[in-house]
Amino acid sequence: MSAPGPLVLLIEDEPQMRRFLRAALAPRGFRLVEAESAAAGELAAASHNPDLVLLDLGLPDRDGIALAKSLRAFTQAPILVLSARGREADKVEALDAGADDYLTKPFGVPELLARMRVALRHAARAAGEPAATVLEVGPLRIDFARREVALAGREVRLTPIEWKLIALLAKHAGKVVTHRQILREVWGAGPGHQTHTVRVHMAALRRKLEPDPARPRLLVTEPAVGYRLRDEEGDGPRP
Amino acid sequence: MSEDSRPDPDAILRRIQAETQRESRARLKIYLGFAPGVGKTFAMLQNARELAAAGEDVVVGWVDTHGRYDTAALLLGLEILPRRRADYRERELQEFDLDAALARKPGILLLDELAHTNAPGGRHDKRWRDVEELLAAGIEVHTTLNIQHVESLNDVVAQITGVRVRETVPDAIVDRADEVVLADLEPEELLVRLREGKVYLGEQAERAARGFFRRGNLLALRELALRRAAERIDVDVQAYRREHGIAASWPVAERILVCVGASPASARLVRSARRIAAGLRAPWVAAWVERPETTPLSREDRTQLDENLRLAETLGASVVRLVGARPSEAILPYAREHSVSRIVIGKPTHARWRDLLRGSLLDEVVRGSGPIDVHVILGDEAAPPLRRAPREGEPLDWTGMAVAAGLVAGATGVAAAAWRFLALPDVAMLYLLVILVAAVRFGRGPSVLAAALSVAAYDFFFVEPYHTFAVSDLRHTLTFAAMFGIGLVISGLALRIRRQERAAVQRQQRTAALLALSRELESALDEGAAAQAIVKAVHDLFGRGAAVLLAGPEQELRPAAQCGEIALDAPELAVARYALERDEPAGAGTDTLPGARVRCVPLRSGPESFGVLVIAAGPDGALRHEDRDLIEAFARQGALVLARSHLLEQAKAAAVRARTEELRSSLLSSVSHDLRTPLAAITGAVSALRDEAAGTDAHERRELLDTVAEEAGRLERLLANLLDMTRLESGGLEPKREWVPLEEIVGSALGRLETQLVGREVRTEIPAELPLAFGDPVLLEQLVLNLLENAVKHTAPGTPIEVRALAGDGVLELEVADRGPGLASGDETRIFEKFQRGARAGAGGVGLGLAICRGIATAHGGSIQAQNRPGGGAVFRLLLPLLDAPPSAPAAEPAGGAA
Repeated sequence: MSAPGPLVLLIEDEPQMRRFLRAALAPRGFRLVEAESAAAGELAAASHNPDLVLLDLGLPDRDGIALAKSLRAFTQAPILVLSARGREADKVEALDAGADDYLTKPFGVPELLARMRVALRHAARAAGEPAATVLEVGPLRIDFARREVALAGREVRLTPIEWKLIALLAKHAGKVVTHRQILREVWGAGPGHQTHTVRVHMAALRRKLEPDPARPRLLVTEPAVGYRLRDEEGDGPRP
Repeated sequence: MSEDSRPDPDAILRRIQAETQRESRARLKIYLGFAPGVGKTFAMLQNARELAAAGEDVVVGWVDTHGRYDTAALLLGLEILPRRRADYRERELQEFDLDAALARKPGILLLDELAHTNAPGGRHDKRWRDVEELLAAGIEVHTTLNIQHVESLNDVVAQITGVRVRETVPDAIVDRADEVVLADLEPEELLVRLREGKVYLGEQAERAARGFFRRGNLLALRELALRRAAERIDVDVQAYRREHGIAASWPVAERILVCVGASPASARLVRSARRIAAGLRAPWVAAWVERPETTPLSREDRTQLDENLRLAETLGASVVRLVGARPSEAILPYAREHSVSRIVIGKPTHARWRDLLRGSLLDEVVRGSGPIDVHVILGDEAAPPLRRAPREGEPLDWTGMAVAAGLVAGATGVAAAAWRFLALPDVAMLYLLVILVAAVRFGRGPSVLAAALSVAAYDFFFVEPYHTFAVSDLRHTLTFAAMFGIGLVISGLALRIRRQERAAVQRQQRTAALLALSRELESALDEGAAAQAIVKAVHDLFGRGAAVLLAGPEQELRPAAQCGEIALDAPELAVARYALERDEPAGAGTDTLPGARVRCVPLRSGPESFGVLVIAAGPDGALRHEDRDLIEAFARQGALVLARSHLLEQAKAAAVRARTEELRSSLLSSVSHDLRTPLAAITGAVSALRDEAAGTDAHERRELLDTVAEEAGRLERLLANLLDMTRLESGGLEPKREWVPLEEIVGSALGRLETQLVGREVRTEIPAELPLAFGDPVLLEQLVLNLLENAVKHTAPGTPIEVRALAGDGVLELEVADRGPGLASGDETRIFEKFQRGARAGAGGVGLGLAICRGIATAHGGSIQAQNRPGGGAVFRLLLPLLDAPPSAPAAEPAGGAA
């Protein structure tokens, strides 16, 4: 091993989950710092300067969403939130509080690794690596400089809103983008604006980019949270 | 023994109840004396010391030794409660601390001077109220009382001694005492003690008190005290006789009725009636007759009347309000209907001529009383003349006056024009007609004016000599007098009719209000609506702010409804608390916390208190007696409805509990098997993997790991289903609705099933222009996912699945169809039940998936159906209500949309 692997801070109170993640991550070159409470997690984040944070939302001592917010105040490290199904509102809140992505428990190792890779890649890009001017996902090719979208080599004509939408998702390729984020970035709307606006435009976009819009391969819905542009390497098949 | 003297079983039951009640309720012991200085406090303390020595928990609440050493010495060794400080008129008073006593909760509390008036700032204005509260709290109270403070003896004492005692104690509390100990002393000895300075007389009234302590007074007072004590003994004896079947020694059941009016003299009547009633041990009624046609009572009279009626109530009378044109017409029928045996009525104090004019009430009652005895009792000599209300509501009607004058002028004109054809009496008739019209139409003032003007005009224009007021023929004077008299009489009659009408309208309003309230309440489904109806009724009828505070499970009060302006701060809430706890009205217009800005009426039905009705006291203070009755009627009705909704809620809660219980048991039985199977598989596979000695090869290891992953996945789905079901069942599943395309929902459900769908053809048919659905995206996705999962599970691999959506007539339809074995007949509805699996379903699954689907569909106001397809297979159809487009749906995007 030449360069040390990325440092992952795991904030999780369940010992079984910690054991599972340790077993999954350590052999793959990740270095792990573990914390079993929000307080310990905050301390560890400050002292170890991790490259990525895995944060369980159901911590005993403090609200995970509040912790995400306070972590965001001093670290740029991507935060991956782990939470149970049925808590969509929590996820949205965590994402809006500064978390980068989420994973619904239970999840498999490939899914976890894919999300972590995407998060680390985006973090690296934000840290100074130049952003690609062209993004290719499957048959889809997005040219940011020329504001062009092509599907299987054929140019697709998009409305300005659709372009903004696909550009936003492409910028965060592989990562979830919440409804609120989309409304803010595409429409410049404050909170309270209605999400169905996004949904309708998304449907139109799918009709242009997906062979079967009712079985999207690229523009995936995260129910009640937002959308994700499926990335070539990330997001393997889900259970 | 004759048949009759056998104890009545009901009576025995009553006795047992009374005994248990007497045992359970706190005891009250009164040391009764006939004057200060006879040794009541001394006797009480002596007895207390004995009790304390015997181990009783005796605490001194408030005892004044008046600086006498022998009394003070008795206090030594007894626990004394600290006193409350009260500042009153720049003097610091030390008062009994009720709350401290309630907090200390001793077995026996000593509280001197029952008739004491508390300094302002305490909870009650009178000490006997404190005692009531202490007794209600289960604390035995020993107290002292002088005979002149007993309410019903107040007049007698004033007559004997010439000193009117202001601090009185209602007879009810004396009657309630479990034990009355007479502290007696020879008057001579008392006078000796007085001379020796051993009697404390109070500071200010030394001289008056000296006058009080005359031998004659003391003898009379002593007799009163002895008689009162004897009366009590008599009551005990009677009760004993009754309880033990000894025939009553008096044959007739007596019932007394006292006629109460708005004069202060009536208070005296009330007290006399109470004495008569007590002497006869008869129930008594205080009746007040409202005469709708007379002038309404002035504010002062009204207050006095209310005071009289309240006095009667505190003395144990029931109060009735009768309505009649003449008092005797109201009183006599009531008396006959209610078999009243004696009527107590005041001696008339007015001049005789009034009786001649208006008829005498006394005379009418006496004549009409038949078998009923009539007691005529002296009114106070100093009774002030009945104050007439200023004629409010009858201001001078200037328009009426003008019109009346005009009418007379018109009549004069007509008569002058037709003078040739008319005889003099015809003219008089014409004027009478005018007077009649003025009287009926405009009331007294205009009609009197019309009469006067008519007489003048008649005289001036039509009676010889013309154009002067002189009268040549004396016969005409009679015509004038008749015209004027008729004018007066008619106007009087008209006025009476109007008053009756107004009173009837008012009564009708009240009845209507009560009726309206009961209607409102009938339709009030929950506590909140009922509370709202009550406050609205009170506010509408009385124009005062009102609120309802409902009592929670811990008897804590929370505001449930409010109408109009009303203060609900800490002091008001304290009054409400009190009313709730003591179950009696409190606050303005009552004896408890009369200084409050609100009046609180408890809402009670049966044994349960539901809350308090709070009414703003208003600028003019207390409510009238009949208003109070009406408000209490409102409160009673409201409480009934609150009781009803309370019961309904309880029933609902019980039903939910039962259903939960049922679910839990069926869940346990059905689920335990389904949970154990995957767990067993996982445990087995993992133990095989750990057993290195077994030497499993790579292929076998792979198989085992697949088993673990699959079974864990199954467990996960099972648990998710269970959780969803529980949430649906507990009613905790409230869809968070948004406008969402069905396409997106189907897409994300298909995405989640990607692995299971490998190798299958999935045909989707969702029109692009399909309207949006209004639903919870997560729940709808779950629904579609369950349907798809079922299709995958129950059909052969490789067979196609079709998903179709379309907009029908007012509905959005979503179909999931397969080419599997289809449904067995009868399964179409059964499979949506909990823990039901289709007859043709293979292994696996607990039978919750479709039940969850149905739950979600129902929560969205939709439904779900299953049927077999022509050509084989099953189709599941979700029907959602098709709603109008969202408020700000973006238009179908034109190129270059709204960037």
